[in-house]
Formats: sequence, C-alpha cells, structure tokens
Amino acid sequence: MDAIIRRRLLMLGPLGIAAAGSGVFWALMLRMQQGKYDPHALQSMLVGKPLPDFTLPGQTPSAGFSNTDVNRGKLPALVNFFASWCIPCVEESSALDELARQGVTIWGIAYKDKVAATAGFLTRYGDPYHQVARDADGRTAINFGLYGVPETYVVDRTGIVRLRYAGGLSSDSVRDTILPLLRKLG
Amino acid sequence: MIPELGHFALALAVALAAAQAVLPIVGAQSRDPRLMAAGPALAVGQLISLVFCYGCLVWSAVVNDFSVYDVAMNSSSTEPLFYRITGTWGNHDGSILLWCLVLSICGGAVALFGRGLPSALRARVLGVMGIVSAGFLLFTLTASNPFRRMWPPPIQGAAINPLLQDPGLAIHPPILYIGYVGFSIPFAFAVAALLEGRVDATWGRWVRPWTLAAWCFLTCGIALGSWWAYYELGWGGFWFWDPVENASLLPWLTGTALLHCAIVVEKREALKTWTVLLAIATFSLSLCGTFMVRSGILNSVHSFAVDPTQGVFILTLLAITIGGSLALFAFRAPVLAASGVFAPISREGALVLNNVLLCSLCAVVFTGTAYPLFAALFHVQLSVGPPYFHLTVVPLLVPLFLAMSVGPVLAWKRADLAPALLRLWWAGAIAALIGIGTELGLHRAFAAAGFAGAAWLILGAFAELVERIRLFRIPLGASWSRLRAQRLGVWGGAIAHAGMGVTVAGIAGMSLALSTIVAVAPGQTIAFGGYQWTLLAMHDVPGPNYTAQVADLRIMRDGRQVAVVHPSLRTFGQQHQTVTDTSIQTNLLRDLYIALGGEQGGKVVLRLHVNTLAAFVWLGALVMAFGGALSLVDRRLRVGAPARRGVVGVPA
Amino acid sequence: MIRFRLVVAVFLLALAAGPAWALSSPSEMLANPVLEKRAEAIGMQLRCVVCQNESIEQSDATLAAQFRAIIRRRVTEGWSDKRIMDWMVQRYGTFILLRPPFDPMTWILWGAPAIALAVGGVAIVLARRRHPSLPEPLSVAERQRLAELLK
Repeated sequence: MDAIIRRRLLMLGPLGIAAAGSGVFWALMLRMQQGKYDPHALQSMLVGKPLPDFTLPGQTPSAGFSNTDVNRGKLPALVNFFASWCIPCVEESSALDELARQGVTIWGIAYKDKVAATAGFLTRYGDPYHQVARDADGRTAINFGLYGVPETYVVDRTGIVRLRYAGGLSSDSVRDTILPLLRKLG
Repeated sequence: MIPELGHFALALAVALAAAQAVLPIVGAQSRDPRLMAAGPALAVGQLISLVFCYGCLVWSAVVNDFSVYDVAMNSSSTEPLFYRITGTWGNHDGSILLWCLVLSICGGAVALFGRGLPSALRARVLGVMGIVSAGFLLFTLTASNPFRRMWPPPIQGAAINPLLQDPGLAIHPPILYIGYVGFSIPFAFAVAALLEGRVDATWGRWVRPWTLAAWCFLTCGIALGSWWAYYELGWGGFWFWDPVENASLLPWLTGTALLHCAIVVEKREALKTWTVLLAIATFSLSLCGTFMVRSGILNSVHSFAVDPTQGVFILTLLAITIGGSLALFAFRAPVLAASGVFAPISREGALVLNNVLLCSLCAVVFTGTAYPLFAALFHVQLSVGPPYFHLTVVPLLVPLFLAMSVGPVLAWKRADLAPALLRLWWAGAIAALIGIGTELGLHRAFAAAGFAGAAWLILGAFAELVERIRLFRIPLGASWSRLRAQRLGVWGGAIAHAGMGVTVAGIAGMSLALSTIVAVAPGQTIAFGGYQWTLLAMHDVPGPNYTAQVADLRIMRDGRQVAVVHPSLRTFGQQHQTVTDTSIQTNLLRDLYIALGGEQGGKVVLRLHVNTLAAFVWLGALVMAFGGALSLVDRRLRVGAPARRGVVGVPA
Repeated sequence: MIRFRLVVAVFLLALAAGPAWALSSPSEMLANPVLEKRAEAIGMQLRCVVCQNESIEQSDATLAAQFRAIIRRRVTEGWSDKRIMDWMVQRYGTFILLRPPFDPMTWILWGAPAIALAVGGVAIVLARRRHPSLPEPLSVAERQRLAELLK
C-alpha cells in the first residue's frame, strides 16, 4: 500500500505544475485588476540616472536648452515630450497648465514636429512650458528611451530622473502620481 | 423573435448538458442501464439545440438584425453575405458559442458513432463531456450571451475588422476549433478510464481515431493560420512565434505525442499512465490556448481583463477542468494495471523517445511563451522572440527528425539498431548527397541541413513500406501485389511522416528567399531575382465595401511573360482602415510575392519576394493531415470497428 | 502615437498579425549589401518596442523606422554588432532584445530544453524501475535447443 501512496505523490507532479502555472497567472490577473500590473507598460532605463546629454535648439521665442540647463534650473522639474500631431498631447495640455500654475517648472521638447505646427499648438492649447526646445529628428528622444509622445520625466533636486510617465497626463494622474512625488522630492 | 428562440435554445442546451454531466456517470457508477442510456440521448439533444441556437445567431446576422448587440458590433449590411455569416464567430461571444457548438458536435459524434463502446465507458465519456459542456455553456448563457439586445438599434452595424474579411481567416476558426475541441474526446476517454480504473488495448483502439481526427483538423488549422499570416502580413514570413501562434502549437505537439502513444497502448498495452496524462494535457493546453490567450496578460488586444467577472468565471472553469482531471489522475493513475515491458531499443522505445522530444519541445515553447509573465512577477521586463525559439527548438528537432525515420523500421518489444539502420542506408546516403550538394552549390548551411533532413524524412517515411513489400528482394511484380495489399494505415503513417519532410523542405527553401523594396514609376522595369518586374499602371477599383488601389505588374523571365499580377491596397471606408492585398504567383517551386506599399512622390513602393519552395510549408501540413485521414479510413482503425473484435483485448 | 500594431486577436484564435499598411521605403536600405545584411541581422534581434512581438525590421511603426536608420548609420560608422546592441539596451533595457540575455533571471528560460529532457529521462528511469526488466534474449545454446525441439 505504501508503494501506491508513493506513486500517488509522484503522480501529483502534473497537478503541481499546473497549480504553479495558474498561481502565477492568478497573481498577475489580480495585479492587473488592481492596476499594479499593465502588460503594455514599459519600464524606463532612465529612472535612477541623470538626464542624457543633449543640447537642443529652441522653439522661438523660447531659447534652446541642454541637460545642464535643466539641472541648473529650479528643481525638481518636469521634462515633457510633446508633438502637435499627437492627440493625447492635446488632452494633457490642461493638466500641464494646472501644474505650471502651481509653480512647477516644465521643460518642453517638441518631438519630430514642424516649427509652425508647434507654434500653432502652443497658441491654441496654451504654453505651460518654462522653455521649449525642438527635437526635430527625434534623436534626443531615443537617448531618453522614449516610446512615444507624450512622455513626462520627473527630475529631482540632484538631477536624477525619478519617474517616467508614458502617455497623456490627466488631472487624476497629476493629483495621484506627479504632485505627491514632487512634494516628496521637495 | 428569432434571437429569443436562440437564447431559449441556449438555455435548453445548458439544461441538457447539466443532465448529461450527472445522469450517465451516476448510472455507470451504480450500474443502472437506464441512466447510462440517457447519455447519448442527452448528447444528441444538446447538439440539436445548439445547432438551432447557432442557426439563430447566423440568421440574425444574415437579416441584419442590429438590435442584437453582437450583430450590430460585428456585422453590417454593406458586407458580403459570406462575411456576415463568418462574422458571427469573428467576435468574443459568438466564438465561444461556436466553441460550445463544436464541443456538442464532438459529444454527438461519440453518442452516434460510439455504439460499439461498452455502455459504461460510453456513459462515462459522455458524462465527462457533459461536465465540460455544461460549464462553458453556462458561461455563454450568463456572462457572454451573444443574443443580448441593444435598444435603440443602430441603423448600420459596425462591421467586422477588415483584416478578418478574408476567406482564409474567415474559415480558420471553425477548423481550428474542431482541432482544439476534438481533443476533448480523448480527454473524456482518459478521465473515464481513470474513473473506471482500467486502460487496455481496446481503450487505445477507441481513443486513437478520435485523436487522429482532431489532430488532422488542428494541423490544417495551424497551417491555414500560418498561410494567412504569409499572404496577409505582406512581408513574406510564415511563423512569428507569437503567443497566439504558439498557443495553437502546444496542443499540436502533445497531440502528436498522444497519437503515437495510443498506438503503443493499442499494440502493446504499455505507456498507459503516460497516454492518459497526455490526453489530459493536450485538452488542457487546448483550453489554455483558447481562453488564456484572451486574458490580456499575453498582450492581446481583446481581453478578459476588461471584464473581471468573465475572467474569473473562465479561469474557475479552467481550474475545475484541468485541476480536477489532474487530481483524479494523481489519485487513480497509480491503480492502473502495470504496463507491458519492452527493451529500450524497440518500436516502443523509439516512441518513448519521440514523446520525450515532442513534450520537451512543448515545454520549451510553453516556457518561452509564458516566461515574460513569469519575469513580470519579479518586475523584470523581457522579450522572448524568434531568436530564442530558433536556438532552443532546432537542437530538439534534429534528434526528433533522425528518430522519425528510424522508429518505424524497428520491431516491437525488442529490436536491433544495426539492421534497422542498414535498411535506411539508402535514405541516409541520398539525404547526405543532397545536403552536401546544396552546401557546395549555394554555401547555405541551414538550407543544406534542411534539405538533407527533408530527404531523410521523406525517404525514411517509406522505408517501412519498402521493407514490407521486400522491394528488389523479390520480383517487382510480387512487390507490387504486396504493395497493393498494404493496409491504408501503413500508407497513412508513411505519408504523414513524409508530410513533415515536405514542410521541412519548405522551411529550408524559405531560408533561401530573396526580397527587396523598390520605388518604381509606372512603366518602369526592375530586374530582381532573375525576373523583370514592370509596373504597368495604377488604378482604383471599387469593391463591395472598400475601394482598392491596384497596381498592374508584369513579371517576365528570359523574355517570356510569367504573370501579370495585381497587388492592391484596400481601404475600408467604414473603419478607415487599409489592408494590403498581396499578390502571390506560385508554381509550387517558388512564389513570386508582391506587396504594394504607399505612393511616394509619384513612385509606388513595392516589396518583391522570390520565395523558394514557400508552398511546401503548407503543402507539407496538408500532406500530414491527408496521411492522418488515410489512417482514419483504414477499416481496422475506424471508430466503432473494434467492437467486433474488441472483446479479445479486454483482460479478464 | 503608440500604436500597438501586432496581435489583432480579434477573436479567440486569430493568428496574431497586424495590417501591413506601410512598407519601409527603399531609400532606407544601405547600398552595400554586406552592411545591409548585417544591419538586417541586428534589426531582427531587436524588438519593435511599441509593437507586439515584432522585430524592428518587420515593423512599420515610425519608431522602428528610426531604429532601422540608427542601426544602418552605426553599421556604416563601423560599430560592432555588440556595441550597437549595447547602445540600444542602455536606452530601452533588455526588453528590446528578442533574444533575452543569459542571467540569473533567465536561467530557467535557457535551461528549459535541458530541464525538459532531464525530467523526461528521470520519468523513464522511474517507470522502468517499476517494471520487471525484459527477460534476457535467448543465448545461442538456448536458441539451438529451441530449434531442435521445434524440429
């Protein structure tokens, strides 16, 4: 009889594997529903590192700026990539305006956009930016590890990137994510 | 009115399935013939009500009843009738209903063709199918009812995704589903055997034809999907190692293993426990392939995660079906009678090797597909793409292919390797010559190895037949009459193995494919891949629910016209979506494959491919399925046939 | 902008695929076929990060096109394959590698074939231990005796 029980334990192997698999699956489903896991969300390599080196021309009337300018400016600050052709960028403009009103420094980088189009975008939807530079060929964006526009990077007092927010900011995400972090970074 | 009738039929099916889940099994346990006899009647009843139910859904789509939510969302009156019908399974709710319909067809098939089965076994099999059926029908009825109404109805439906408006893809789901769901029959047989505590040769003989039928459909389904990706994606690839593709490959691998194992059970009463486990695993993987892919975790667009109740319901169903059967396996498998014995070098031994390799392949593909999820658990993001699969799958395929030709010439129980290999020397020699010739001629190692492997598989597949007819050892006439006397099953096995060789040849050929991207003005000629390609003209052609931008392209070789082709870009106005319609001109040995891009400054961007042996990739799959079908036709393996001789195999 | 292009698993089992709207333009390709081949090989190893399971060579997302251009520029500048890959990983993480690196996180992944074969081997050994082994084949003497008896 012992042999049978031993074999039963052995035969539990497949069930064990299936259980482990479904455990992983279940955990991820749970995290997904709680909003803690998004299979589409992508990690940024920049978080925990200083901004990559860049020097970009300005979108007149604004002067251009470089990473050292951002680091020497008022910190913590936001670096926001946007483009006139991007719909979420239009949608996040009010959230950025709100941030600017609260005195947050936002450095804007127009990603792969035409001068006139960017100018039109800024007049139409407001200009929350401290300064606006142009990344016409998108190379600086790639050094940031950018996936698409809009993306917003939070830089702390020491010039280290603390957060990359992909996608358009909303008043909710500003209230729940951006402002608390800025307050923490003081 | 019609949708309500359909809804009612669905509810009726749930009730019948619930009865089917309980009565026959209770009957079999208590040896009550009346309860056992209820099984077939209930299965057929369930089949009839689901056919009616699905008919109602099709009817609603055909008459453009947009008050039915799923019709409004996935159909439109501007679509051709064909796509209005296929659109019924082109969406979440309808596809699950189709899944249930196929399951009930399987149950009905067991009820109708399984008259020769011992009544207790048939009752248990139908009972198990009833349990699965009841669960998923209940899900359909409560959480994804395809008949729910919307009010007010829209004037026009939203039409199905233009990508799905393609004949290949439209008929893809039913074929794949028959393959997937067909494995529910071996699964039910396995669970029934565990309940009964008995697996014997007759059991193997009953399971095999069902497995074979499901396997043939799954093979065709996978091939059809791959072919669709080839012509629709527009850049000439045919397998992408995408999670959705891999999900269909997993049950195919274990199903192939199951197919071979069932032979061992039938012939030698060995590997019984393992065969039962494989039957459970294959259907479990089919279930996972069908439902987990949509969980959204595997990065797919439509997902359960959007609707948590649905997700939880389905996952619970999966847990009950898979977990329940595996728990039963752990509890009951140890009491199955010990298996027949055999030496490592024997037909059984070769089939064990085949199983180990196929299951390892399955494990590797599974690991690769699921690993990003596993890593995500530790907050690590990584991608597992084609390079990983190529590196890990090929080393497992090589021994599998080598063994595929050797196995069939080995004797049962105990064999000697040396004489078996001697019978194959000619196949090996020809394969080596082909490989060396290719390498010397083209300097392409992968293609050389591939062609050699293909030759080995195709020639080796017929080695057993050559042996059986004693070719060149007795007069040719005598060989011929022996050949004619061979059972179809022998032919079937050989042809299926050769089919694998054909596919390997196609894959090797595709590694020699050429492609280029050109921008040409009308009237301009490009020389590429030994052909002259002339863009004659561009024009617009209206379609039933799209407008197409069509290029007329003439292809010449050595001054002779090969073909005039018309690749196009279809713009579907309703969805503002553009779909490439590639042109493929094939003579089986090579495909001329042309995809049309956009226009750039008065020039038209064209992607030109010369795909060597491309057709062989899918042809091989068809040959495999044909071989399987041939075995099915063999009288001795036919469903129900064992009844007449089965008594012999039942142990006392 | 982020267009999740591949995997239109619109119904349960549709093979993953996306519409191939755009074709990359011929001007992208390098004139030197050796370098172009190398660039393609690198591109096939890198994931189009905004798509599902597509390499940047196969994708027509704008970001993928930009990556293709960068790779081609680097290749002509004489960068080694590894340096180009590292450059990409530095910006986009190992996520961009379609062939994941071999590190503690991926030991199981890369070990999968060996583990599977080993499990199979152990299962065979366990199963064989349970069964009595096959009787030894008849010796020459026994066979002769048998032949005599059968005469």
